Amino acid sequence: MAFVSSGYNPDKPMEDRMSDIGPKKYDEFYPPVIAKNKGKWLYHDILKPGVLVHVAESGDKVWTVRCGGARIMSTTHIREICDLAEKHCGGHLRFTTRNNIEFMVDDEKKVDPLIKDLESRKFDGGSFKFPVGGTGTSITNIVHTQGWAHCHTPATDASGPVKATMDVLFDYFKEHKLPAKLRVSLACCLNMCGAVHCSDIAILGYHRKPPLLDHEYLDKMCEIPLAIAACPTAAIKPAKVEIGGEKVNSVAVNEPRCMFCGNCYTMCPSMPLADQEGDGIVIMAGGKVSNRISTPKFSKVVVAFIPNEPPRWPKTTDTIKQIVQAYEKGANKYERLGEWAERIGWERFFEQCELEFTHHLIDDFRDPAYYTWRQTSQFKF
Amino acid sequence: MAKHETPLLDQLESGPWPSFVSDLKQQAEVRAKNEANVEFQIPQDVVEDLMGVLELSFKHGRTHWKHGGIVGVFGYGGGVIGRYCDQPQQFPGVAHFHTLRVNQPSGKFYTTEYLRQLCDLWDFRGSGVTNMHGSTGDIIFLGTTTPQLEEIFYEMTHNLNQDLGGSGSNLRTPSDCIGAARCEYACYDTHALCYHLTQEYQDELHRPAFPYKFKFKFDGCPNCCVASIARADMSYIGTWRDDIPIDQEAVQAYIGGELPPNGGAHSGRDWGSFDIQKEVIDLCPTKCMWMEDNKLMIDNKECTRCMHCINVMPRALRIGEDRGLSILVGAKAPILDGAQMGSMLVPFVKAEEPYDEIKEIIEGIWDWWMEEGKNRERLGELMKRQGFQRLLEATGLKPDPRMVAEPRSNPYIFWKEEEVEGGWKRDINEFRKHHQR
Repeated sequence: MAFVSSGYNPDKPMEDRMSDIGPKKYDEFYPPVIAKNKGKWLYHDILKPGVLVHVAESGDKVWTVRCGGARIMSTTHIREICDLAEKHCGGHLRFTTRNNIEFMVDDEKKVDPLIKDLESRKFDGGSFKFPVGGTGTSITNIVHTQGWAHCHTPATDASGPVKATMDVLFDYFKEHKLPAKLRVSLACCLNMCGAVHCSDIAILGYHRKPPLLDHEYLDKMCEIPLAIAACPTAAIKPAKVEIGGEKVNSVAVNEPRCMFCGNCYTMCPSMPLADQEGDGIVIMAGGKVSNRISTPKFSKVVVAFIPNEPPRWPKTTDTIKQIVQAYEKGANKYERLGEWAERIGWERFFEQCELEFTHHLIDDFRDPAYYTWRQTSQFKF
Repeated sequence: MAKHETPLLDQLESGPWPSFVSDLKQQAEVRAKNEANVEFQIPQDVVEDLMGVLELSFKHGRTHWKHGGIVGVFGYGGGVIGRYCDQPQQFPGVAHFHTLRVNQPSGKFYTTEYLRQLCDLWDFRGSGVTNMHGSTGDIIFLGTTTPQLEEIFYEMTHNLNQDLGGSGSNLRTPSDCIGAARCEYACYDTHALCYHLTQEYQDELHRPAFPYKFKFKFDGCPNCCVASIARADMSYIGTWRDDIPIDQEAVQAYIGGELPPNGGAHSGRDWGSFDIQKEVIDLCPTKCMWMEDNKLMIDNKECTRCMHCINVMPRALRIGEDRGLSILVGAKAPILDGAQMGSMLVPFVKAEEPYDEIKEIIEGIWDWWMEEGKNRERLGELMKRQGFQRLLEATGLKPDPRMVAEPRSNPYIFWKEEEVEGGWKRDINEFRKHHQR
């Protein structure tokens, strides 16, 4: 493994340096039918789950085949995607914001061979490499974060629970059988890199134990004022602690005030929160980002805690399936999960989803909490 | 024979959904065989060690990654996330396992030629493991060592004309929806605006000078496919201000059942025949539609452009012709003070190059936020702390009822002295002439 230089000279880092050039320009990558008809599309149809056709003013059409993919993707897999795109799509493809892969063709005759090719490919372990679906009123791919594969603050894994959940929801990915689209997202801690707070169903990693304090190293590893300032509930204060007969600077945590956000740990590595029993999953539901019919909504916490159960998180996936099935049964056509819950009332939502309502689900975090309590005599028995 | 036993991960190979474990295993095998004769610049068995450490996390229920150290490329404060394993003796291949964020092209369109070039670079100088794409939108290169960072950056800029994305307290990599490239709902060219502002603000993207992260997201219409309204400090949402054109023949075709509603989105279930009254007119949030002489009528002045009718009948209804965008500001995920949705700041602005009007608003906001924002305070939190009025002052925009859901329900107005006739300077003795103590 001999070091191979790129041409970069570490002694003269500014020599021949290029910077601030930005991303590649988008129009380098458009397939010809896209480049020609950009801004002139008339309408689209979803021919079947995973297959769209867009029709332009010119009469041109582009057929799109959408397939699911894991967000963690190897170059080996990307090269196979390239093989497929070269074979069927003139060397063009795109990804969606939800980690799906879209193959586009400009001739209807190319659609079926493409689908056949995609659906025939499986990993050695048996799973599909390119399942076609995820359009219309299906459940499309789950957007998610890094989890235990690459992050320092997660309270759960990401790729594992996502794989387990999509296995359970696979029929919903392949079919258009729900009242409206249903978006599932996962964030492995409440930093929410995955911004799951406006999803129909959100899977959220959550810690439940206050930070451990590594007093011996804390002052050496961290800026104590930053750790103190990082706490949203002002639960951290400076403290002197005796270690081996010596007084060292450290912090003290007012544990009942801790909301387990991990913000202190982000600022100070000597305050880890992760714990096998403490960490697990919160299920939130009823959010959306679209302005369609009703305004965008935040997801609400409907299950306060489910333990982490690697490798397949069965309680989490069962709970999600339960919610999806109740929604499928109860909602009107076009009604998103949150719109359904609001129409029938949240008291009815818990009944229909067979979820227990616990005190954890009543907001007690600052001002917004008040606006979630019931200020009317109207409710359902 | 695998380097580490992974009995827990192995259980994620079954089931229909694409298994990332199977993919990692095939990648480990390809690297081990190395049929392409790659002169790997980081350990050849890196993927095996990645699976090993992940298996250990599955066993312990905790992560084994440490905080990022300060690593990066010269002159940039972002784009690289330092990552170190907390069990380096057991998993030396991932002892250093840094992430690079690579600024994705708008719309995430690619040629295979370009993707293969990225793969070649990443196989040679990194783990060959990616995210296509990360949450913010970047191409994520997952795992390389410190000495490779400058080499990768050099090759990327010199050979691929490609730059890194943002991380830390800077402008994060902007991202957009597919927009006009393949969507009839796009009210402006999201790719053009996203690319233009990304290039315009390269300095803000690469050199952290902000109180905290700042995100731009570009949605072509109010359907908000990139979730800008929930996720971006500034979200640009396409809209229009004239009438929805109606093709009455196509309306009849929907009523007659010749065209499937919502482009066929509900095809998997028998919902009965299409009922325009129940499915469109009654669901309109402003009730501005009705049938008259067998024709669909819209009182466009009352329309709030929710997209429902257009989504249901895309062959009959279209977005208007006088198009532009709304700018909403202050959205963020929960940390620290709870989640915030974007709030309407600019109801309508045209999206036309060189976008000067939009840039003026951006820069006004940045000046205010950089002056007043506390460390790690997002724009939305500053807005809550100092009030919407300060945002108006910073941007020079006139107040408009479209900015609020409703007027305030308390009268606690912070009048300014200059707003009050005669000012605040008064003479107590003069007052006492008429009011005894």
